[in-house]
Amino acid sequence: MFAVAGTIPVQDFPLVAGEVFLEGDSISIQRNRVAVNRGTPALLAAAIKTCEVLDQGAPYGYLAGDIGLGDGSRRLYKFMTGDLRQIDSRSKPGKSFKVITFHYLQPDVDWHNQVLYAIKEMTKMPILIADAGFMYAAKMSGEAKKYDLFTPDIGELAFLADEEAPHPFYTRGFILHEEDRIHELIARAYKHNNAARCLLVKGKQDCVADRQGIQATIDSPVEEAMEAMGGTGDTLTGIVTALIESGMEIMKASTVAAKANRLAGHYAQPTPATQVMEIIRQIPKALEKILNEAKRGEEWERQS
Amino acid sequence: MSFIGILKKKRSKNVDNKNIDRAILVFENTSEVIRAENVLKSQGWKIKVMGPPPEIRSGCDLVIEIPLIEDLNILRSLEEAGASPLEIVPVSSPLLQPVDLFQNKDFGKYLMIRAANMKLTIDKETQNIVNVSGGGCPDVPYLAQEMVGKTIFDAPEPRKIGHTLCGYALQLAYEEMTRRCSL
Repeated sequence: MFAVAGTIPVQDFPLVAGEVFLEGDSISIQRNRVAVNRGTPALLAAAIKTCEVLDQGAPYGYLAGDIGLGDGSRRLYKFMTGDLRQIDSRSKPGKSFKVITFHYLQPDVDWHNQVLYAIKEMTKMPILIADAGFMYAAKMSGEAKKYDLFTPDIGELAFLADEEAPHPFYTRGFILHEEDRIHELIARAYKHNNAARCLLVKGKQDCVADRQGIQATIDSPVEEAMEAMGGTGDTLTGIVTALIESGMEIMKASTVAAKANRLAGHYAQPTPATQVMEIIRQIPKALEKILNEAKRGEEWERQS
Repeated sequence: MSFIGILKKKRSKNVDNKNIDRAILVFENTSEVIRAENVLKSQGWKIKVMGPPPEIRSGCDLVIEIPLIEDLNILRSLEEAGASPLEIVPVSSPLLQPVDLFQNKDFGKYLMIRAANMKLTIDKETQNIVNVSGGGCPDVPYLAQEMVGKTIFDAPEPRKIGHTLCGYALQLAYEEMTRRCSL
């Protein structure tokens, strides 16, 4: 089972923990429904669609309402530090997390450290993925290398590369995101230990990298409109989370996810006004195609 | 000084991870510090009044330390109380400047403006906001929900309903888009 922690942009949405399902254009958890627009609901919806293809169970969500005041995030952090510590001793069979993805949460270094500390106490360390606000906190805390995968966009990569910046808002101009300097930004992020073990950089070209540099570049199909759309990075993080849960190696999962997300975008034929659910609907078709191609490629390599 | 201008600064120095998620509010004089402290404490903010770091000593011998991420929310409270600071700077690196570069992308029918990690896209003909993307703080999905579907002139300003630095970045993109739409 894998877990996703994030927030819902509704002030009175309760703190909930449980399996998450997709019902039409909404996600549902503990009888609470929320529309999929962008953010963590988009990540979860994409992960669920990926699970359908992989024949996997539903993701486990840790969710709370937060419109930026940080109150919901802090309630969730507190809850998770207690809940994660108890997981191994629970009698409930089947609840252990192979992967945990942290997403739209108020960046708070103290709470980040407490959650990470609770995870370290788990009998088996899960694979840790961070995106959005929690990734900012992970970098600020100086604990980035404890994570297995960060999924920044190019602006966030520049923030990771800037050892001084406490938030992307303060990324210095000479570092600021330029896609043709991506090698340099990745190297700088690793030099200052501000990157996870692997990086999946979302952009005009998606790049999969580690400390040794870029290992794969995915640049087709191109749908320029996706850059303007809210939620397309969230869907990519959702797909890669579910693929890693299936046992796929992180770098390979990142490459497959990037290809599938781009292809799903291509199938949706988006304009800058398209909403992300249009892309999420295309994920199964896109992912099946990419997985079949990967399978054929592996067979061909084996034969030759 | 303008709301955004409060964040401007000049140089740069070495980083320290300690207190990296905190910022400092700098005021004209001590009585303003005390007034701001009262406003923020009465609203339940976790703040600390302290001496300024050497880089930003400029007359007043006290500053207020606040959570950096939530500065948009805090600045709005102070502005409403008539207690705005002269500037706000990150504790870890007091001389860092906020991003002031904009990147524009013309999609023909649509125009996208990016400020820092935030992107705002409108339909050029109707001036309707069609998408908001980027960012990582929890007010981003909320801001998108409140702004998408409205014209750039009818939509609520991010500075009025946002709470975080991502909201601040979106405000910059919004101001740049408003400027362009007004030409």
